[in-house]
Amino acid sequence: MKAWRRFRGSYFFYSFRRDPVALASFSIFLFLVLVSILAPVIAPHNPYDTSTIDVMDAEIPPSWMNGGEERFWLGTDIQGRDLYSTMLYGLRTSVVIGIGAVLFQGILGIVVGLTAGYVGGRVDSFLMRVADIQFSIPYLIVAIITSAVFQLAFGVGRFEQLAMPLLIVIIGISEWPKYARTVRASVLGEKQKEYVEAARVIGLNPARIMYRHILPNTLTPVLVISTIQVAQAVMSEAALSFLGLGMPVTKPSLGSLIKAGFEYVFSGSWWITLFPGILLVTFTLVVILFGDWLRDVLNPKLYKG
Amino acid sequence: MPNSSTPLLSIRHLVKHFDISGSLLDQLTWEKGRLRRRRTTVKAVNDVSFEIRRGETLSVVGESGCGKSTLARTVIGLYPPNRGKIIYGDQRIDNLSARQMLPYRRRMQMIFQDPYASLNPRMTVARTLEEPVVFHNPSMSGAAAAEKVADVMRQVGVDPKWADRYPHEFSGGQRQRISIARALMVDPEFIVADEPVSALDVSIQAQILNLLMDAQDQRGLTYLFITHDLSVVRHISTRVAVIYLGTLCELAPAADIFSRPRHPYTQALLSAIPRLGEQRSQHIRLKGEVPTPIQLPTGCVFNGRCRYADARCREEVPVATPLGPDALVACHRVAEGKL
Repeated sequence: MKAWRRFRGSYFFYSFRRDPVALASFSIFLFLVLVSILAPVIAPHNPYDTSTIDVMDAEIPPSWMNGGEERFWLGTDIQGRDLYSTMLYGLRTSVVIGIGAVLFQGILGIVVGLTAGYVGGRVDSFLMRVADIQFSIPYLIVAIITSAVFQLAFGVGRFEQLAMPLLIVIIGISEWPKYARTVRASVLGEKQKEYVEAARVIGLNPARIMYRHILPNTLTPVLVISTIQVAQAVMSEAALSFLGLGMPVTKPSLGSLIKAGFEYVFSGSWWITLFPGILLVTFTLVVILFGDWLRDVLNPKLYKG
Repeated sequence: MPNSSTPLLSIRHLVKHFDISGSLLDQLTWEKGRLRRRRTTVKAVNDVSFEIRRGETLSVVGESGCGKSTLARTVIGLYPPNRGKIIYGDQRIDNLSARQMLPYRRRMQMIFQDPYASLNPRMTVARTLEEPVVFHNPSMSGAAAAEKVADVMRQVGVDPKWADRYPHEFSGGQRQRISIARALMVDPEFIVADEPVSALDVSIQAQILNLLMDAQDQRGLTYLFITHDLSVVRHISTRVAVIYLGTLCELAPAADIFSRPRHPYTQALLSAIPRLGEQRSQHIRLKGEVPTPIQLPTGCVFNGRCRYADARCREEVPVATPLGPDALVACHRVAEGKL
């Protein structure tokens, strides 16, 4: 309660309230996340439940168009699933993969970058060479090899169940060097500053200096790339789905929906690809706009008074 | 009261060199048809010995790059010395582990030069000041810590109601007061001040110096004061140590060193102070440049620029010898009684 009151009186909250872009983007972001979490409650159909799906319903246009049905607000996809419900479930999958992958690569990259930058010397050289090697391997190859091995070892059925955590790990592992490098570069600049020496004179241990003193001063670029990375992770996931390495058709993400609909755009079923596309763009844009505002407000030197 | 002449901290033959030769590939050179590995070291502090007495302000003066700041950081334990000893009270502290060093961390603190870099920009003043005291007294309650913060803030002349603000909301002088407050939070007895006023306006300099001197009177502090500003030295010091190329030239009580400098370098340095009503400049002009600390001259480090230098100065390194109870001079000519 006290923390909430302090938060309400803070500059952060004040500038948030006054910035229409921040307000709008955060509201939409919150709305989309809520909707995706509540998808099983909100969605009129359950796209995962094959018993409710009828192939005879396939490619029905949105309800306001000729041939549209009241049951399917945004029409149906090629398998006869209600597009609106499938999009809600797909958004949930995309959000979980996007945020999960960014958390994974962020934590890994921050720990590596902070250690490399602060400890320096051989540890730094070793960790940065590892990052370089990781960077030079395209994530598609990592993904292809991982999922091929996985499917061979555990079978396709298991793969479908574990596709989501696997995608999080694959996308996370392929992108962590970005965080590591960004953090290391900031740490190298920060650790020479006298406040770090002051902390050492106090006698604080290196871990505390790294995480309490240096890390908060390196988070601004981390936040900025995080927003781009969420978008990137969602895109990567879509690309992997396109190659058949991502989410299976039975549990589609926004990416696999777009891809599935793309094949039918020229036969006139544009809605299968357009609506998930709009949702994906809205989600990405909102995340980036909000991240942009965060960057401005979290940097004390940019206070606009 | 402890006896004012017992040393609080002694430095014995302190040496600090920095290896700047880079990676193995940078070190390799081709010399006379053979591949050789060559290391480059900056000899920042060379065989410096002196004692700091309880309650005094020992100023260390010298030109830019002479190793003053390195000396300060080595004494406080930010850099491990290559050779030599640092003795605090009767305990050698330069070889202690971080854990063994902790009790000394509360007794020694440091004030930094740049008030814009020495405070963590993402921590409020209250958090910056609370951290050392809570770290060293984990059992202290939040209220007690806050009270201590308010006390010390009042003492350094910053209104405690600004405690929730961030450093960027303060001016340079106020930040330096906060920086001093952070050093005072753990109630130290010894403070290393690394050019604490050189980044400030002249008018603010006087305020900060007076604050430091008041704190010394109230708390019985001992200062190691690093500066290149000779007027500051005269204002604040008990004794003055003059450093040239990482070597101690002369150490003497402040009044003596200004009225009767003994070492030729000290004479040249002090002659550079402009005086009111001076008709002709008494300035002793030194020839040449300060040699690089990567390759020190043989013998006395000052021999290439000293007008009294002779063959002995070029070969034999002068040892700092006591001259009276409070003074040291490292000069062959002075030792021979010719100066």
